[in-house]
Amino acid sequence: MTYPEQPPRQPDESVPPVSESAEVSGVPSATDPATAEHTHPAAAPAAPDDRGALELDYPLGQWQRISPKYAVIEQIGNGVTMLIVAVIAALVWWLNETPWPLIAGGAVLIILIITAILIPRRARSIGYLLREDDLLFRRGIMWQRFVAVPYGRMQLVDINRGPVARAFGLSELKFVTAAVGTNVVIPGLPLEEAERLRDHLVAVAESRRSGL
Amino acid sequence: MSSDFSPIPREPVPNADQPGVPLVPSSPVAELTDGEWHRMHPATPLLRGGVAFLVILGIVISNFRERLVAFVLPAWGGPEEYDPITAILNSPNILLILGGVLLFLLLMLVFFYVSWRMATFRIGSDAVEIRSGILFRRHRRAQLDRIQSVNISRPLFARIFAAAKLEVSVAGDGANVNLEYLHARDAEPLRAALLTLASGMQHRKAAAHADASAEPGTSKLERLVTDRARDLLAPELDIAQHEVSALVRVPPLRLILSTVISMSTVILLVTIGVVVYLTTRGQFWALFVLLPTILGVVSYYWNRIAKAMRFSVASTPAGMRIGAGLLSTINDTVPPGRVHAVRVTQPLLWRPFGWWQVQINRAGTSALNPAGSATTALPVGRLDDAAAVVGLLLNQPFYQPVRGLLGDALEAPRPRGFVGNPRRAAWLDPFAWKRTGYTLTGDLLIFRRGVVWRHLDLLPLARLQSLNTTQGPIERRLRLATVTAHTVAGPVIPQLPHMSTADSVALFERVSAAVTVAIGEDTSHRWAAARASAPVPEAPRIDLGLWEPTVEQEAALVAADAQRYPTADEAEQTAAETNQENTK
Repeated sequence: MTYPEQPPRQPDESVPPVSESAEVSGVPSATDPATAEHTHPAAAPAAPDDRGALELDYPLGQWQRISPKYAVIEQIGNGVTMLIVAVIAALVWWLNETPWPLIAGGAVLIILIITAILIPRRARSIGYLLREDDLLFRRGIMWQRFVAVPYGRMQLVDINRGPVARAFGLSELKFVTAAVGTNVVIPGLPLEEAERLRDHLVAVAESRRSGL
Repeated sequence: MSSDFSPIPREPVPNADQPGVPLVPSSPVAELTDGEWHRMHPATPLLRGGVAFLVILGIVISNFRERLVAFVLPAWGGPEEYDPITAILNSPNILLILGGVLLFLLLMLVFFYVSWRMATFRIGSDAVEIRSGILFRRHRRAQLDRIQSVNISRPLFARIFAAAKLEVSVAGDGANVNLEYLHARDAEPLRAALLTLASGMQHRKAAAHADASAEPGTSKLERLVTDRARDLLAPELDIAQHEVSALVRVPPLRLILSTVISMSTVILLVTIGVVVYLTTRGQFWALFVLLPTILGVVSYYWNRIAKAMRFSVASTPAGMRIGAGLLSTINDTVPPGRVHAVRVTQPLLWRPFGWWQVQINRAGTSALNPAGSATTALPVGRLDDAAAVVGLLLNQPFYQPVRGLLGDALEAPRPRGFVGNPRRAAWLDPFAWKRTGYTLTGDLLIFRRGVVWRHLDLLPLARLQSLNTTQGPIERRLRLATVTAHTVAGPVIPQLPHMSTADSVALFERVSAAVTVAIGEDTSHRWAAARASAPVPEAPRIDLGLWEPTVEQEAALVAADAQRYPTADEAEQTAAETNQENTK
């Protein structure tokens, strides 16, 4: 099995940390996002500080995306939650005849509706990138999160499938290291792809193994 | 037994029973590591049940004391009516009860004996194994190259019986292989042998074993008692025995003072003040609050002092040895490359004294046994001591660079070589933003943080598990982001909040690249095997700043210093060069 050509790594360890003060030295740098995207990540330290949003210097197309069906699964889960909340609120209201359960239930429902609106974008934000020596994972729009895990740090890979996800043929891949904080869970992978990815990860981890 | 098992090469073990064959000093350990199954110390059942035994004994004795007091002073009042012993004595079935107790004791004895017979251990060339259990058999095997540390723990009770517990710690919660109990004189050489095997060193030295207690002309009992007393009173660390090349000790007075100068004392003083105020106002119930508070604080003091008294950190050939304990002692040997994160920290109240504490993250510290000593590498010390300990923890061969780095990073307002927060981070961190910063040296990622609780986190790149950068909505408006490094669980949680977005992306990319390089070069799971192929400079003796290097050492030190910790000028120069390259 093959994975698309990944951005290579340049040995660039000698560069000392460069703070913002470096930009005072008048470097005509890649303010243009189009240029910035194609700059090599290792050459990025001197990048300008103009952008606010957190983004690594890879073309967005390079990220591996998860199945669009994942958003549907999330919507189903969200819908079920909405239904349960509505039923409970109605039940309590029917038994008590005070308006409070309806107000509380309504508040929760509004949050869930906002969630439902955000789900497609949130699902689109999830992506991963198999670099030469590590796995890059991203997710989130409001709260963005990027994780880099060296392959050699893998302790185990889990593939989980919930009932709804199974109906859509999707599964979830979990990459576990010795640190709890790593928390790399790639949802919405077609089972076949999840298994291929798992085998690939295990293979590359084996070739880069070292102490804990 | 597995057929592919190959015992380690060793000298022929002399048979003690055979007359004419002299006893070689190293024989007990050579026997223990011969790849055959061995039993524990015969007193093991007693020691393992020791606590329960003491509790029962205590109950019985306290009962009899009351009885005795009542007998001598009848006016004091007789024993309580529901006293179990009174109940038994008054019972018509006294013989039946006594017989039952006797039978129970006998059964316990048989059980302990059988469980001792069934518990065996074996140390081969690549693993240590234990078998235990009577009904439920357990066979546990730990790979030697997975050892995180080897701890010799000696509870007071075991010390009296000349026994010691050897805990071979591997990563994983509750995954330790505990050899409890061994004869105390075997524990130390056995650990050395285990770590030598684990290190991948091909030729091991015969562990010297001094049997100094044999003084002619004394009776056996006298010798035994002398031996035990000498052991109990002996210093926790015997330098001559361990080939110590560097040593940091905590003076008892400093330990006591540092314990007393703490938040709990402040709480105690405040409580006393409030109680005195209330009492003068006639509210005498307040006195009842005082006693539990005083008891709690005093027991906290005692716990900390008894645990950390005689604290020493020593560099030995097998790794870093941390030893401590007044009555029950612990000494843990951590091989190179087993420390995942180091934090040098200073509580606010210690600042006038210039004291620091060093904490570490390491795999294999159990959540079930959150003993403070397992993650404390230095309970209190001056910055010189802290630098020496950090140097030992991170296998930095030279002292001065580490001291320079710590002094600079912890005490300078804007240390050289550090990338800090931008000014706009003050919106989120009004005070601490000035101190937040990071630097990346050859093999370490260093985070500096904290205004009230100053601390510095040093993370060996080869041990970093993963790296994370996040940004919330407020941070996005301010063009800031947070970077978190993930290590195994422990007191050190390295996080660098509110860096400028560009800096945090740069940090993320540079560190994630450097980590993969560091992992590729890491050979610490068989640490001495690597040393054989690529010799490292002999670590000089660290004497807390008093060390005077030779000319060659000085030169090597300066070179190492320059390489590891570039000065601000050099950093700027290299940065300028890089920028020029980028513009081309």
